[in-house]
Amino acid sequence: MTTLFTILFDGVAYGMLLFVLACGLAVTLGLMNFVNLAHGAFAMTGGYVCAVLVNRSGWPFFAALPLAFVASALIGALLERSLYRHLYNRSHLDQVLFSVGLVFMSVAAVDYIMGSSRVFIKLPAALEGQIDFFGVGIGRYRLMIIVICGLLTAALQLVLARTRFGSRLRAAVDDPRAASGLGINVPQVFAFTFAFGCGLAGLGGALSAEILGLDPYFPLKFMIYFLIVVTVGGSSSITGPFLASLLLGIGDVAGKYYVPKMGPFVIYTIMIVILIWRPNGLFGRTAAR
Amino acid sequence: MTARADVGYHATRQARWRWTEIAFWILALACALLFPSRYLIMTDIVRLALFALSLDLILGYAGIVSLGHAAFFGIGAYCAGLLALHGIIAEPVIALVVAGLVAMAVGFLTSFLVIRGADLTRLMVTLGIALLLEALAERFSNITGGTDGLQGIEMQPILGLFTFDMFGKVGFFYSLIVLFLLFLLARRIVHSPFGLSLRAIRNNPLRAAAIGIPVNRRLIAIYTLAAFYAGIAGALFTQTTALASLDVFSFERSADLMLVLVIGGTGYLYGGLIGAVVFKMLQEVFSTITPQYWQFWIGLVLVVIVLVGRARLHRWALWAPNLIIRQFGGRRAIVAVPESDAP
Repeated sequence: MTTLFTILFDGVAYGMLLFVLACGLAVTLGLMNFVNLAHGAFAMTGGYVCAVLVNRSGWPFFAALPLAFVASALIGALLERSLYRHLYNRSHLDQVLFSVGLVFMSVAAVDYIMGSSRVFIKLPAALEGQIDFFGVGIGRYRLMIIVICGLLTAALQLVLARTRFGSRLRAAVDDPRAASGLGINVPQVFAFTFAFGCGLAGLGGALSAEILGLDPYFPLKFMIYFLIVVTVGGSSSITGPFLASLLLGIGDVAGKYYVPKMGPFVIYTIMIVILIWRPNGLFGRTAAR
Repeated sequence: MTARADVGYHATRQARWRWTEIAFWILALACALLFPSRYLIMTDIVRLALFALSLDLILGYAGIVSLGHAAFFGIGAYCAGLLALHGIIAEPVIALVVAGLVAMAVGFLTSFLVIRGADLTRLMVTLGIALLLEALAERFSNITGGTDGLQGIEMQPILGLFTFDMFGKVGFFYSLIVLFLLFLLARRIVHSPFGLSLRAIRNNPLRAAAIGIPVNRRLIAIYTLAAFYAGIAGALFTQTTALASLDVFSFERSADLMLVLVIGGTGYLYGGLIGAVVFKMLQEVFSTITPQYWQFWIGLVLVVIVLVGRARLHRWALWAPNLIIRQFGGRRAIVAVPESDAP
């Protein structure tokens, strides 16, 4: 029973992390219908920024986290304005080629600058070890992740549902043409959201260094996970990807615990079955774009 | 009636062998005789060309964007390896065909998953299948050798006559002949009414369905055929290098393959062949500049190609040849890449 709770807890932490990593991609895919396979590269950037600040410059971990966000968001905004912008109207093949090219470049560049071995971020002592909660061992670090990611998710949901910007964004996702007809500056909304999504990915990358492992191959290794979150969750709301990432996180942790030999086999099978069953995602709308 | 005859007339004209094509193959054969010390890399190019030809069939002609074409390559590679390792079918040519057929069967089964859904779902499903197979190959390491790969494969002589030598001469000619035969088959297929209907589907599936083309059946057929080609390419890989490891399924292989096809241009069969030559040369150049980080430059090439625009790049590349042909042939240029953007 206690192992079940531990698995559930770890799975939720993992899923929350995946959500923060991937929710920017949901917007890119949903809003502009842009297949961005390079999303993991932004996460990796955040992770390495945090690692450099903490390990080399001696910054405290919690001060480095916002900087990971800012650095990734800045790079995201820069790339969006200079490169991505030109490709929104291209075919999916072009978008795939472009983003795969970016992934290759980022992998080689990080390998060149930082070396190919796995990087660990020095954690403050308060985050190490476990808390015993009615016999269930709860990792402090994972608890912190759940708290941070939970707050972020709630904040995102609030922004999307309550603010003017949120309603603009939702309008643009639903129907970009009608939205621009109503005077919403869709490219601007998108640029801002893209940068914000990249920043979240960077923050997720910094947080995930401890759990997922941070090395130059991060964008390639986890690309499929981000895509699963978005395609399975659908891109019409924020709840879809959120539930999908929780499902994926719990499924992956449970799969690795109960059938360790099958490895990632379980996840891929589930994904393919779901996509066959509902090509627009579990929570997506059936209307084809 | 006249319109129909017109279509037939143009199709037959298109299908006729041109002297540039004959020159291409003579050149390929000449390379074999001119560079006797480079058989290994030339075999590599031929293999890659066959693999790219396979992707061209589905991407260039049917418009299916696949991120996991390495799946069939890997199946072919492991099949050929296992057949040779356990001596089930020792004769390489028969083993090659069998490996291709196994990949074809898997292609047929997975094609039902691929034809469902839009582009993004297709991307995910093809990628997922390749990753799934990689995970399976790792899981059943008692059969596949896991991360070490299949080891100790010994190839028997081809048709019992030609032994694989260490310089790769026999392997090269073997690969080239296989490529040529399969190319002939592909050429015949894409110029047939079946091939024309595929192009109609690529340009507009809805319209194709409206004029009575069974879209899904055609897509299944071409996907299955492409899987066969990829399987043969994988089997050639194992037979000429005598090894098969997990990386035959890797995402990088599928992504590189796309680059190969994009360099050469999609939708006219020679794209894959030309792309394979250029890609290997680029790879050689890059790995002499920076041995460890050549992937960076490959990525840069991809980004630049997309940003400049594929059609424009091909126009630039074909400017000189077209000029020459116009001067000497005294007629309209015949070297041209058909406009072929996947939807």
